[in-house]
Amino acid sequence: MTAFETGDRVRVRSADKPGHVRTPEYLKGKTGRVESVLGEFRNPEDLAYGLSGLPERPLYKVGFRQADLWSDYEGPADDYLYADVYEQWLEHDEGGIT
Amino acid sequence: MSHGHPHEEVRHKSSPYAARIRAIEVLLLEKGVLTESEIQDRISYMEARSPANGAKLVARAWVDPAFKERLLTDTKAAAMELGIDASGPVEFVVVENTAKVHNLIVCTLCSCYPRAILGRPPDWYKSFEYRSRAVREPRAVMGEFGFEPPEDVEVVVHDSTADVRYMVLPMRPAGTEDLDEEELAELVTRDDLIGVSVPRYAGSQSAKS
Repeated sequence: MTAFETGDRVRVRSADKPGHVRTPEYLKGKTGRVESVLGEFRNPEDLAYGLSGLPERPLYKVGFRQADLWSDYEGPADDYLYADVYEQWLEHDEGGIT
Repeated sequence: MSHGHPHEEVRHKSSPYAARIRAIEVLLLEKGVLTESEIQDRISYMEARSPANGAKLVARAWVDPAFKERLLTDTKAAAMELGIDASGPVEFVVVENTAKVHNLIVCTLCSCYPRAILGRPPDWYKSFEYRSRAVREPRAVMGEFGFEPPEDVEVVVHDSTADVRYMVLPMRPAGTEDLDEEELAELVTRDDLIGVSVPRYAGSQSAKS
């Protein structure tokens, strides 16, 4: 059971979490679309400290329009970026601008 | 393998980081966490991997559509068919360039790379400059590698932030119909597999890009 499905609009949480995270700063607060559910993996935020990383966490491939990431993006509007984001870093995007 | 720690001099003469790694290695050995032969095995494993593996996969995919399908859907199994053992905990995904989409791989957080297939990444791939600019101005970065995708081609950047490693399947260059699989593999470079460039064929008419 995953919280998100392919096609869902999501926002990357803009939370600050100290220590090891796999969510890049430049994606925080940005909205995108779930492209696929990649499976469940041990949580790297715990693995980094010698913990078990269990329970495994769902990992999603999330797509973003480059123009939504960078206000001064110079390429065509269709240019795209994918990143792999763990479920604990995503929330549903309730409509909004994009 | 001789017992004289042949890698020792090479590995720790230069920087403080190398000295620190060597110190950690000695501690791991002394405490029995690792053995010298495990370390040697790991080095041999890494050295057995190279971009030639990626080129082989690409060339086979170019000549065999059914293999291409398997490469795109189950990369590890497809690699194993060619004797490339990419088994291990991380997943592999191959992304296909088409006439409409060009893919570029980066790891902004560190230096994630399909090492089990291609070996170690080039130094520039690990640089702050590449990691920050590839996501922000991918077209400018590719331009510096001598490749400028047309405006009507969508540039798609893959930031490998977690447990998946990405490799690009480039398009087969025009004019290569008469080349065999081995000759095709020679056209594919490491940079093409990362996506900062595309394979070129000098014998073709397609110097235009």
